[in-house]
Amino acid sequence: MDLSVSLPGLNLKNPVIPASGCFGYGREFAGLYDLSKLGGIAIKSATPEERIGNPVPRIAETPWGMLNAIGLQNHGVDYIIENELPWLAQFDTEIIANVAGATEEDYVEVIRKMNASPVVKAYELNISCPNVKHGGIGLGTNPELAANVTRMAKEAAEKPVYVKLTPNVTDIVSIARAVEEAGADGLVLINTLLGMRLDLKTAKPVIANTTGGLSGPAIKPVAVRMVYQVAKAVRIPIIGVGGIMSAEDVLEFLYAGASAVEVGSANFRDPYACVKIIEDLPRVLEKYGMNSVREAVGRSHL
Amino acid sequence: MKSVSARICSNVHLTEDILRMELETEIASEVACGQFVQVQVPGFFLRRPISVSEVTAENRLVLIYRTVGGGTEALAGMREGEVLDVFGPLGNGFPLLESDVVLVGGGVGIPPLVETAKRYVKNGHQVTAVLGYASKEQMFALEAFEKAGAQVIAATMDGSAGTKGTVMDAIREHHVSADLPVFACGPKGMLGAVCGYFRHGYISMEERMACGIGACMGCVVRTPEGGSLRVCRDGPVFEIGKVVL
Repeated sequence: MDLSVSLPGLNLKNPVIPASGCFGYGREFAGLYDLSKLGGIAIKSATPEERIGNPVPRIAETPWGMLNAIGLQNHGVDYIIENELPWLAQFDTEIIANVAGATEEDYVEVIRKMNASPVVKAYELNISCPNVKHGGIGLGTNPELAANVTRMAKEAAEKPVYVKLTPNVTDIVSIARAVEEAGADGLVLINTLLGMRLDLKTAKPVIANTTGGLSGPAIKPVAVRMVYQVAKAVRIPIIGVGGIMSAEDVLEFLYAGASAVEVGSANFRDPYACVKIIEDLPRVLEKYGMNSVREAVGRSHL
Repeated sequence: MKSVSARICSNVHLTEDILRMELETEIASEVACGQFVQVQVPGFFLRRPISVSEVTAENRLVLIYRTVGGGTEALAGMREGEVLDVFGPLGNGFPLLESDVVLVGGGVGIPPLVETAKRYVKNGHQVTAVLGYASKEQMFALEAFEKAGAQVIAATMDGSAGTKGTVMDAIREHHVSADLPVFACGPKGMLGAVCGYFRHGYISMEERMACGIGACMGCVVRTPEGGSLRVCRDGPVFEIGKVVL
């Protein structure tokens, strides 16, 4: 079974990529399995300076999902270039650098610094994080702002630029189109849905940040719907993400129009989730009459 | 650490909302005192981090947990013979020092200290266990410490057993030496008081977590220098002074 996927900048041996923020830089998982089994790794968001993140509690479980409000905690781009990227070089897998910031200039700065790293094969612009006060989701909910940061990133980048979109918008298609016109090489969708949980004893939010991003199987139908709608409207490739737990879920995203997928919070429930999905994917593709991953992409639109 | 299927040998109430579950699993032999496991409760998305209270045989460990929500209530409803997906052991655990020690536990912070008491006694050290509860009805695990060979001092908030008041009241009443290393687990207020009394030792922290292995950054605790550490991976046991309560 041919699981390979070829996308701008990315030669994936299979379509399964752990999602940014759910896998760190892979160190914790490298003790459990060989990271070279993965199609790629979307590493945790890099910002120009170190970010300490939000107060705890940052995590709350929800029906078949979870809320998180980590707040883009990371050591900053310089530390990542010096300590994390060289370590990741040992694995035969494609590294996607997720880029975040408070202003458009922040994205440009991170990209300029990462351009020199041979480890990074593509960028993923995080204009969709619901847990930071500036930048993040603010840029991702307005077509002009989204297009503008995409254009600036493309000018600075020496590698393909994927833009990760937020579902917290009225019309994701208009944002996707604006980003495509601005020169994005691909799209990643969706980031988390803004959500909230209240404690029944205190009547106050469970998450210290008040709100958090909802992920997990609870959001999968929303993600499939958005991939489906966007796939109809754009020509650039889509990486689908949102609640994927199994190889069957992967196939559903491929049918909707995704060329590859990212697996997020499933890694928390089962740290072996990505490899289990990869190992099961040939069986599922065969079961539904597919001879390759490529054959399944966009099948719902035929 | 690994993911295993663990058979439930027993799952019984110790108090109204505290249960003791004994599991048959190969990872029991790998557990250090103060470590925890991530339990997959059927029907729920995230795993439940629960400290290992005791290792009772090469292939048996004990979890003592409180029912605090739907997940732990479902866990409380599980019966002998059913199988749980368990991932672990996780975290660092308490160090094994060549010294007598004082263990201080409050409420559901008490369980991980049982195995700690056993190992210290086994190594020939004297163990004083100061255990705090809300009331006599809510006392549990006392016998486990006694059986381990620890000297047990109990405190209850309502005075229905032991010293009336907190573990700190009991520590002062019994003139427990502040020079011995302390290992403490319990509410943050209790940990703060313990850190103020004893000169050195270790505290075990609790936080809402997702992955349990240090990847998601959900369960961080601040350091005095302004940095952060992960309760699940860098802890849950931290030397006093290394983290901000």
